[in-house]
Amino acid sequence: MDITRRRLLILLPAAAIAWKFVQAGTPESSPNYILAEHWWGMLIDIPKCIGCGSCVRACAEENDVPDGYYRTWIERYHVADWKIERPEVESPNGGKQGFPPNEIGDGKNFFVPKLCNHCVDSPCTQVCPVGATFVTPDGVVLVDKSYCLGCRYCVQACPYGCRFINPKTNTAEKCTLCYHRITKGLTTACCEVCPTGARQLADLKNPKDPIHDFLKTHTVQVLKPHMATGAKVFYNGMDGSVR
Amino acid sequence: MFKDVEHLVRLAAVMLIALVAFVVLRAAVVPRSFGQYGHYRGAAIAEVAARPIAFAGHDTCEACHTDVVDQKKQGRHIVLSCEACHGALARHADNPASVTPPKLDTAVLCARCHEANSAKPKASPQVVTADHSGGLACDTCHQPHRPKIDTQPATKPATEARK
Repeated sequence: MDITRRRLLILLPAAAIAWKFVQAGTPESSPNYILAEHWWGMLIDIPKCIGCGSCVRACAEENDVPDGYYRTWIERYHVADWKIERPEVESPNGGKQGFPPNEIGDGKNFFVPKLCNHCVDSPCTQVCPVGATFVTPDGVVLVDKSYCLGCRYCVQACPYGCRFINPKTNTAEKCTLCYHRITKGLTTACCEVCPTGARQLADLKNPKDPIHDFLKTHTVQVLKPHMATGAKVFYNGMDGSVR
Repeated sequence: MFKDVEHLVRLAAVMLIALVAFVVLRAAVVPRSFGQYGHYRGAAIAEVAARPIAFAGHDTCEACHTDVVDQKKQGRHIVLSCEACHGALARHADNPASVTPPKLDTAVLCARCHEANSAKPKASPQVVTADHSGGLACDTCHQPHRPKIDTQPATKPATEARK
């Protein structure tokens, strides 16, 4: 077939449309994402959390978390007067549907959202016998589903109770910090839907990330610092009663 | 030197075969990317990252729904991401015609954030919905994108606007 000017003019838009479909069909990759340029963590601003459960619902939807299991959850603390060593903690259905009103007399009440702390020296990755879980070069603790034996060592090792065995796949599962989102320049599902900004994804290697100013000017704590896990989920305004 | 050197040669041969078998088998069964970054399969990182997204993100929503953004700018709900209430809608963003967001039940949805609870921060606007609206859907009076009601009713419910 000779390529005449007329045929070329017809062919070109057709090829362009076809190319659009080819592009749409290939899974979204992140060619511009460089592992060494990021170091992920999260900031949780406890005084802002209203316990609405949006994060828990969003996480379940984004990551197909089975019912009754949680990659993130919210706890409601009740501390009676001076008894900070004996807080009453509840988390009905992980806080997925919010919390019923509570009017427990004296003391203070507040919410604490929890998730994987993406520890630098994570106990869960240290105990894995097969190298199925690991800290990525950008600081996220992930599970290799096709390598996991389901031996549950990591579930026991995590001091924060952030892991579970998925009943369908029988492999260990946990928060991925929405790795499939953050590598595409999006924030995590929980941070996306948080109505008060109580959860903020933080890139600790990005000097422009507002986390740095926040950390300089606020009293920030990690969970169980005595475990020396190198947790990277920072809690602002956290009460001493939080476990 | 040795009397029965033949034995040793045989033993060495067997060990050599075992070593070769081990090296060959190991190369065959250990994934190529194992050890790329550490003691794990490097390709697993890309596999986890390849998962499709469910929440499109508010930037995607706002690219089309500029009218809603203008409305939200007039009220305090401007800080809310669209999908905080409307749910995960990446599929709608990919194909707006065939996937449409479900209608929301404001009586349930608004209460999740605004139902009074002593554990909520005091600055967060809260009401006791039973007293405030008596089970009426919130959007009977409030426009969720711009929730403040301009003309306040003469008798303002006592529990309202505990800010």
